Amino acid sequence: MGEQRIRVLIAKPGLDGHDRGAKVLARALRDAGMEVIYTGLRQTPEQIAATATQEDVHVVGLSCLSGAHLELFPRVVELLKEHGADDILVLGGGTIPAEDISVLKERGVAEVFTPGASTQEVVEFVKRSVNL
Amino acid sequence: MSLAEGVRRGEVRATAKLITLIENHPESAVEDLRALHPHTGNAHIVGITGSPGIGKSTLTDALAKRWRKDGAHIGIIAVDPNSPFSGGALLGDRIRMQELATDPGVFIRSMGARGRLGGLARATHNAIRVLDAGGKDVILVETVGVGQSELDIVRTADTVVVGLVPGMGDDIQTIKAGILEVADVFVINKADRPDARRLMMELQTMLDLDPERHSHWEPPIERTVATTGEGIEMLMAAIRNHWEHLTYSGELEQRRRERYAAELQSVVEDYWRMRFFEYWQREGHWEQVVEQLLRKETDPFSAARKLVAPFLDSESRRVNL
Ligand code: B12
Ligand SMILES: Nc1nc2c(ncn2[C@@H]2O[C@H](COP(=O)(O)OP(=O)(O)OP(=O)(O)O)[C@@H](O)[C@H]2O)c(=O)[nH]1
Ligand SMILES: [Mg+2]
Repeated sequence: MGEQRIRVLIAKPGLDGHDRGAKVLARALRDAGMEVIYTGLRQTPEQIAATATQEDVHVVGLSCLSGAHLELFPRVVELLKEHGADDILVLGGGTIPAEDISVLKERGVAEVFTPGASTQEVVEFVKRSVNL
Repeated sequence: MSLAEGVRRGEVRATAKLITLIENHPESAVEDLRALHPHTGNAHIVGITGSPGIGKSTLTDALAKRWRKDGAHIGIIAVDPNSPFSGGALLGDRIRMQELATDPGVFIRSMGARGRLGGLARATHNAIRVLDAGGKDVILVETVGVGQSELDIVRTADTVVVGLVPGMGDDIQTIKAGILEVADVFVINKADRPDARRLMMELQTMLDLDPERHSHWEPPIERTVATTGEGIEMLMAAIRNHWEHLTYSGELEQRRRERYAAELQSVVEDYWRMRFFEYWQREGHWEQVVEQLLRKETDPFSAARKLVAPFLDSESRRVNL
């Protein structure tokens, strides 16, 4: 009688105010049938990890266009681990230089999408990874 | 350790996981809910309802913060609609509750209504049960904000707070559409806008005129600016007064009795429906009967009787309570 839904948290860590990409993505994931929690701008990694844990999402998507991704993204991964929620998949996106992508992946970010990535690509990646 | 045990220890992860189970596989959550049931009944369940955008989430945030000052533990369930086309949902109520996210005394859960139309999700009721058993003192439930059919929240909350804002033109219409009867407390939010006073007077006039009101409780009308916290103290006092009224007048027990009666009926219906369809799908007669209908060999009324008959045989045995 119940129906499963993929749940995703789209979050904007740090002081970066570029929210267009995050909103575009949130809508695309919703249109693909997912329940998307959007928490707005200027979230601390602590807020993001706590929210992801309470909401029991499958995926946290972090969007950053300010250049602070190397500090912020891995911190969220760490905090999720502290919450015992390291089964939650962390994705990243935004203006992220190619050379940083492998660093982020080493530190627990599952995949990174940069400007020009199609939302369909992201939708498919999420569906494949969560595999309900 | 079971999820229920985790919930009782106040573990966030277990609480969150159990609510997901209730949403996705309610049958699998039954054992845990059974274990939690004896520990429920302590929380004050407060519904926050009203049309879209009137400030329900901002009010919820302000109320939660105020209650936290008194050391109360707070649960919040915020329901938003799912798209009827994709089934997906954008759950954005937390945007107004950012600072509560890291408060260990607050647990917030966003919930898609998943096709339900009465303002709450199917899972909301049992999610409240989980938070209640987990030791929350106050559980704030923000409805979808349909503004009209608020049946679900009436059946769920101890205190229903109905929010209105000045300058929406159709406010009084909305009130006529049946929201008057469900409110235990009215709040006129966005009182920083013009006409808040007038709306208050119009509302008061309507309340005075309403002959249907028979309860011993006169719903107060509070004015707030949720974004600055103005009036929140008074709103909280009104909600608490209602709780005291419920407790001392015996109405709390009466409301809960009605709630359990309604819940029992819906659980029986669900259980019965599930068993019934499982049975007939397993037996494979379902499609056969549909074919017979198509060929006019039977009619839906006779067919239904035949399908139900095997279940009714056992009905003659008396229920032993
Ligand atoms: C539009 C824009 C703005 C708008 C933002 C409007 C808004 N509300 O979003 C405005 C004009 C306000 C603005 C302001 C500024 N901007 Co600006 N801005 C841009 C611009 C031109 C486009 C960004 C955009 O909206 N793209 C469209 C969206 C859909 O794409 P996207 O966000 O990249 O998202 C896609 C992918 O990255 C990915 N994605 C993104 N997030 C996520 C998350 C997940 C989980 C996943 C899976 C995928 C994903 O998927 C999306 C779909 O393809 C970029 C240039 C660029 N090439 O990106 C500069 C840019 C981001 N801005 C820049 C700067 C410097 C600024 C300012 C500091 C300028 C200033 N000095 O005032 C301010 C700061 C504002 C602030 N408060 O943070 C720099 C950032 C440099 C850096 N990273 O070090 C850029 C790169 C321009 C540049 N080349 O210098 N900006
Ligand atoms: N001026 C003013 N704006 C307010 C007040 N309360 C809330 N708002 C603003 O009104 C907008 C909607 O507030 P929300 O709290 O999201 O409203 P809501 O009823 O939860 O909305 P939905 O959940 O979408 O139905 C936000 O921009 C708030 O900042 C208030 O008292 N005065
Ligand atoms: Mg809201």
